Amino acid sequence: MTTIDVTPEAGKKPESPTNPRRRVYRPNTKYIPILVTLGLLVLMYGGGVANYENFSDPSVVVNLFRDNAVLMVVAVGMTFVILTGGIDLSVGAVISLTTTLTATLLQGGWPPMVVLVLVLLLGSLIGAGQGAVIHYFKVEPFIATLAGLFLARGLALFINQSSIPIRDETWKAISEYRIPLADGVVTKPIAIVAVAVVLIAAAVLAWTRFGRNVYAIGGNADSALLMGLPVGRTRIGVYTISGFCAALGGVLFSINSTSGWALQGNGLELDAIAACVIGGVLLTGGSGYVLGTLLGVLVTGLIQTIIIFQGDLNAAWTRIIVGVLLFAFIVMQRLVTRKVK
Amino acid sequence: MTSILKNRLFWPSAILVALLVVNVFTSNQFITVQDGHLFGTLIDILRGSAPLLLVALGMTLVIATGGIDLSVGSVMAISGAVACLLISDLGNQNSVGSVLLIIGVAILASLALGLWNGMLVAVIGIQPIIATLILMVAGRGVAQLITDGQIINVQSGPYATIATGFFLALPVAFLIATAAVVLITLLTRRTALGLLLESVGGSPTASRLAGIGARRITIMVYVVCGGFAGLAGLIYSANIKSADSISAGNLIELDAILAVVIGGTALIGGRFSIAGTVIGALLIQTLTVTVVAVGVPSKATLLFKAVVVVALCLSQSPIFREKVFGRLKPRPAVRAEVPA
Repeated sequence: MTTIDVTPEAGKKPESPTNPRRRVYRPNTKYIPILVTLGLLVLMYGGGVANYENFSDPSVVVNLFRDNAVLMVVAVGMTFVILTGGIDLSVGAVISLTTTLTATLLQGGWPPMVVLVLVLLLGSLIGAGQGAVIHYFKVEPFIATLAGLFLARGLALFINQSSIPIRDETWKAISEYRIPLADGVVTKPIAIVAVAVVLIAAAVLAWTRFGRNVYAIGGNADSALLMGLPVGRTRIGVYTISGFCAALGGVLFSINSTSGWALQGNGLELDAIAACVIGGVLLTGGSGYVLGTLLGVLVTGLIQTIIIFQGDLNAAWTRIIVGVLLFAFIVMQRLVTRKVK
Repeated sequence: MTSILKNRLFWPSAILVALLVVNVFTSNQFITVQDGHLFGTLIDILRGSAPLLLVALGMTLVIATGGIDLSVGSVMAISGAVACLLISDLGNQNSVGSVLLIIGVAILASLALGLWNGMLVAVIGIQPIIATLILMVAGRGVAQLITDGQIINVQSGPYATIATGFFLALPVAFLIATAAVVLITLLTRRTALGLLLESVGGSPTASRLAGIGARRITIMVYVVCGGFAGLAGLIYSANIKSADSISAGNLIELDAILAVVIGGTALIGGRFSIAGTVIGALLIQTLTVTVVAVGVPSKATLLFKAVVVVALCLSQSPIFREKVFGRLKPRPAVRAEVPA
């Protein structure tokens, strides 16, 4: 796209446009993983429609967004971090801290808007703190966010160990509100929020300077630094975004379940990482799309839906199938990237 | 004196000793003799640390080659599930021969899982953290399938012995872990193996060009790590006399990695310290025991642990140490720059 045009008269003639090899449509290699995931999603959906009654009901697709809203939001934040070549293990714990804190404050009679702003700020702050430790003290992301995981879950358990119900009117109203999409198809506000987050994130990564910097750092942090890109600011930025997304995920969780619990979101970080990988985000950083992550979340969600429709399958199969998919996608990524080299 | 202070293991050891001293005062029985074997808080710590010690030992070798193994918890769950399922099918659960055979089968299964990880990393060339993530996610599902989602209880004397038994006045679980540590120390420090591991961790390509079978060594460390995780899973399940595929080894990979990092082994690979790992694992276990012993309310245990972990991680960052302590004593920093 940005290559400098060689002036045609200076040397060889440009390749003839009638070259038959050029006519064959070949997707750009960087889109292959995402296209495969899309293909798989369509295939799974087709299989579901063919095998089960009522699977073709539009609410199956709509509910996919509703049931996976939290994972979607968290995975979007994770995508930013992974694109820079990092990892954030603390997201599940931040969710538990957010739900616990939200429920506790609401029980204490705090105004809902204040609580909302406060927990979102707290999540962003935890993320920013981790980013700062990673950037300034050169602690490995894996270890720094692991410490963050312990800290956030420790705080959550310290606040309250048991499940706290939320009786706040605003929270309940949002939880019970239904948005009609079509005849007989309704969805919850949390699904709309999740979709909005995905779209905003996709736009930020594709069209802003910050987004370009994220890809540049993931490609090669040293080169990015030598190019004069704000490596520190960007790196702290992505962890802040991940913390914010995790806190937002926690808020959505608390709205959905109208309760807060310190053991909520246990292991969610791995689901988010798995969704990113299935969606074609390279864990070495520098390559991937938020829309891919969305597809990854939908694939894992659809597996669960199919298992529910099947009825007689053990829930353990969800994990095994996700594991097999992870394996298939990673091997495929490996083959694709090897070809490029 | 300064050389002791500068040793990477000084602070973890100091904290470990301090925690143990706290335990001497807070526990009513730190170490005594009862029923012909040692007894008390110290022995509890040694016995309780065995699974973590074994897992962290395997993890050290993997990290030395620049890898990481997230699947250890799932391997623990699978090995416990296999063993308990087979034992519960036995006619006589107290038959020592059959139990030993079953333990062998469970460990073989764990070695096979380790081989799977090793093949993914070394042959297909997948990043270790991702390669082992696959087994971490799928493995627990497999363990649940083996136990059919149930918790399988066993009533086998010989099986329980590996976790709760005593031999020569010491807990069997601790002896197993000690044997593993001694074996690995001898293998890595008395033969060239340790050097080869560090070489592969430093640069697999350079090692291969230097004539080292980098691929074979990488596969081997994952197999060994899987085997140790399996052994840890057996001790865990023998301790509770059942196979719990959900909570067996849950989050132990994080504790094990933490133990390794506390012990001064860098996650980038290229060097490792088994003594450090042992101190790290004992430190984590002692911390868990101490927090309860000194009466920190149970809801604050994790928070307490988190604060210690954060402090330890920061104290191991050279940049952090320089920024915080550098100004207090600028002299050693200057002296260090003078070439010898």
